[in-house]
Amino acid sequence: METLSLDTNEKLNPKDFSSGMEVKWCPGCGDYSILKQVQTIFPDLGIEKEKFVFISGIGCSSRFTYYMDTYGIHSIHGRAAAIASGVKAANPDLDVWIVSGDGDAFSIGGNHFIHLMRKNFDVNYLVFNNQIYSLTKGQYSPTSERGKITKSSPYGSIEEPFNPSELALGAKASFVSRTLDREPKHMQTMLKRAHAHKGTSFVEVYQNCPVFNDGTFFPFSDKETKKEEALFLENGKPLIFGNNEDKGIRLDGLKPVVVDLNSNGFSASDLWIHDENDKTKANLISRFFDAEFNDTFPRPFGVIYAEERPVYEEDMQHQIEEIKTKKGKISLNKILSGDKTWNIL
Amino acid sequence: MNISNELPEKVTTIRQVDKVVVRFSGDSGDGMQLTGMQFTDTAALAGNDTTTFPDYPSEIRAPVGTVAGVSGFQVHFGSTEIYTAGDSFDVIVAMNAAALKVDMPRLKKGGIIIANLQGFDKKNLALAEYPDGVNPLEDSSLENYIVHKVDITKLTKECLAGSGLGMKEIDRSKNMFVLGLLLWMFDKTLDNTIQFIQDKFSKKPEIADANIKVLKAGFNYGESAEIFTTQFKIAPARLPSGTYRNITGNHAAAIGLVAASEKSGLPLFLGSYPITPATDILHDLSKYKGNGVKTFQAEDEIAAICSSIGASYTGSLAVTTTSGPGMSLKTEALGLAAMLELPLVVIDVQRGGPSTGLPTKTEQSDLLMAMHGRHGEAPLPVLAASSPSDCFETVYEACKIAVEHMTPVIVLSDGYIANGSEPWRFPKDEDLASIKVNFLKEANGENGKVLPYKRDENLVRPWIKAGTKNLEHRIGGLEKENDTGNVSYEAKNHEKMTKLRAEKVKRIQSFIPPAKIDNGNERAKLLVLGWGSTYGAIKTAVKESIDEGFDVAHIHLRYINPLPKNLGWLLFGFEKVLIPEMNSGQLLQLIRAEFLIPATGFSKVQGLPFTTAEIKERIIRMS
Ligand SMILES: Cc1ncc(C[n+]2csc(CCOP(=O)(O)OP(=O)(O)O)c2C)c(N)n1
Ligand code: SF4
Ligand SMILES: [Mg+2]
Repeated sequence: METLSLDTNEKLNPKDFSSGMEVKWCPGCGDYSILKQVQTIFPDLGIEKEKFVFISGIGCSSRFTYYMDTYGIHSIHGRAAAIASGVKAANPDLDVWIVSGDGDAFSIGGNHFIHLMRKNFDVNYLVFNNQIYSLTKGQYSPTSERGKITKSSPYGSIEEPFNPSELALGAKASFVSRTLDREPKHMQTMLKRAHAHKGTSFVEVYQNCPVFNDGTFFPFSDKETKKEEALFLENGKPLIFGNNEDKGIRLDGLKPVVVDLNSNGFSASDLWIHDENDKTKANLISRFFDAEFNDTFPRPFGVIYAEERPVYEEDMQHQIEEIKTKKGKISLNKILSGDKTWNIL
Repeated sequence: MNISNELPEKVTTIRQVDKVVVRFSGDSGDGMQLTGMQFTDTAALAGNDTTTFPDYPSEIRAPVGTVAGVSGFQVHFGSTEIYTAGDSFDVIVAMNAAALKVDMPRLKKGGIIIANLQGFDKKNLALAEYPDGVNPLEDSSLENYIVHKVDITKLTKECLAGSGLGMKEIDRSKNMFVLGLLLWMFDKTLDNTIQFIQDKFSKKPEIADANIKVLKAGFNYGESAEIFTTQFKIAPARLPSGTYRNITGNHAAAIGLVAASEKSGLPLFLGSYPITPATDILHDLSKYKGNGVKTFQAEDEIAAICSSIGASYTGSLAVTTTSGPGMSLKTEALGLAAMLELPLVVIDVQRGGPSTGLPTKTEQSDLLMAMHGRHGEAPLPVLAASSPSDCFETVYEACKIAVEHMTPVIVLSDGYIANGSEPWRFPKDEDLASIKVNFLKEANGENGKVLPYKRDENLVRPWIKAGTKNLEHRIGGLEKENDTGNVSYEAKNHEKMTKLRAEKVKRIQSFIPPAKIDNGNERAKLLVLGWGSTYGAIKTAVKESIDEGFDVAHIHLRYINPLPKNLGWLLFGFEKVLIPEMNSGQLLQLIRAEFLIPATGFSKVQGLPFTTAEIKERIIRMS
């Protein structure tokens, strides 16, 4: 006998989030993995499908919006964060995701990026960092390293790159994280953490562009180098890395130092314990990127910083509610007449 | 018989006049704007028609006492209908020498000067750059005028001696003395101002009392001082009967938006970045939180318009307000909004440009930018407001068009009408046109397919609120296929879509009123064609010219894109067409291009509105 299912809230599956549009990234592009991980975790977020909104700018990365069967705007270069602010402010019920590239987010959209972090709307901001302008066929970007040879820097870039997590922290981001295309599980965890965080969640995704900047991030994912080069942060756990998990980072005052856990008599209990809520430490971790640390320190991945603080759209709504109860709604006729009128007979 | 030790009774004559222009001028810190506004309110409440023109420097506190620091407030009031702030002044209140220097050239022969004596001391004369030893109050230069030298500073001080207030506060209330004196001069009551002061300083009764005391002292001074022998009476104007209020253009624009939101049932969202002279719309709307209005002060004008585009996607009545430089920043996003075909209202309160130009002065120089200032072909409706109160109707219309035709709409206002005020016979809730909003509720294609660019008979696509179940869809800046909205690079499709977007805007013609003659008749020899804030000056000039026997008519445009259907037909009926504009001939270009007629331009780009005399002179020359 057939039974009628009363469960109308059937769980969605990843396919439900595919728009069916032909995906046009180059073969081997890291963007595929990001799309896959997003579609994989979305059914688990427990959000009604129609609530999701993707806002992207312009770039290979920003095509993302077209591939998700959700609401979305593929907008203009650099402005996704500004459009998303309006979406979230106008309708706080929506689950807003911003997709952007390193040029889109940090160059043309730099102003919107910092102000979004500061304002702290409850949205998720994914930056696909491939350290190159891909859609325009290979110019250096604000995250390209000094000396980078590209079509617009044939003799090497003379620019100092941004350190995105440091930039985000400086702009008062309440959630700063990093993951990479070749670590699907890690990325899924980061995406879920970002979604769970109330406030603007910045997720920097190292993304390989096989056409214009191939292999930049391979040291962080290749079997042979990964353990030495990458540090996967976990809250409450000591900072340990190395081929045999034999290296650790400890704090000597405010100075991070790499220690050998085999010699020197250091053990895990001497190490720096990752505390996502500690901004001072987060600032230090974000700077493992800098030249003075670069050679000996691994690149951190994971949640670098998380902090609960008021979110914009809620404060906006609260203020409206407060004024509504205190002063009440003014009738249209009263607004039209103002306070002072006179009659002419 | 005269008893020698008694003062002779003061004799005051009362003169009936039908209109007067008063110019209040002083340092930015002298409070002349407030004095002028209060005076205007009282005149309006007494039934006079009024038009005002606040004219202030761009620096908040330009060097005290200098010509650059002069802040003026001009009010034209009368017992007949008043359409401009007046070409020249009957009365100047000059708080210092610099103020007199700035305003003298426009004082009518035989006009009245009320000079604040201490503002003409050695220091002030030097600051105003009068030659050493020259004091206009003491030489013969003002022979042909009536000059009242009043030691306002000292009289105010005496009045508040023993009040316990500090020197600074006492000095600050001297504008109330001026106001009291002027109210006496024009035979107005103090009640309205006393009420105003009591409300304004309800938490500081000692300040309120002091201001009222000074106000009364000014009034009594007029009544008793020997030098004031004439009072002027201006009868109430015979305006159409009804209930009136005073309104500035910016406030009218703000409440036009609130009204459109209430009537359409759409939540109002304003994304804006402060810029003179548009900022007051942001200020005003920020006060209507109790009505659910959301104002978002964005990090720049680009974010302002982009946030509004986002809000529009969620089904808000989305607006962005700015002035020329900000308008330039918005152009890329305007292209996006045109491409997305989302409703959006963009208000550009124009000022003198290019660049920072004359930020506090008026100009109509963004018309061609509004018409064409986008990349690619992206025609948009463009509307222009013609007076302070017309900002309400124009903005309301713009909202209606944006929502009903799914398009961004540009509204042009300018510094003159934005800050100027006039009495307004305001409408009631039920008088306002309805605004129809049809959100798509369910899939509009076969098999549950969503077709975001499926158009109705007016080529209007459906508005789909993000968050509606089963209507998930993507929109974007890339060229798209009609109906599905899917990205399409097909050559013919781009041409088709370009034409469709243009035709959609063109068809709005069927929904706007025909152009009509404001004054004069359809077969007049000369037509004066205007748009925007030149309305008052053109109207007055044409009216006066007709009265003097000239064969002239006036048409004023609110809809500049699309133009009213009958405009061409009307224009072809006139022998000559004169187009006065506060730019170098922008509507002129549009009209010539559209109708191939040899219209004549008349430009003024001085940061100042046209005077009636300037336009009249042209009319006479062309007649
Ligand atoms: C206003 C504007 N300026 C420039 C461009 C050209 N443009 C498109 S994408 C892009 C850079 C993209 O780089 P990134 O943001 O890193 O994205 P990626 O393609 O690498 O994913 C540029 C310069 C544009 N579309 N719009
Ligand atoms: S150019 Fe690079 S980033 Fe763009 S789709 Fe191809 S591989 Fe991906
Ligand atoms: Mg890139």
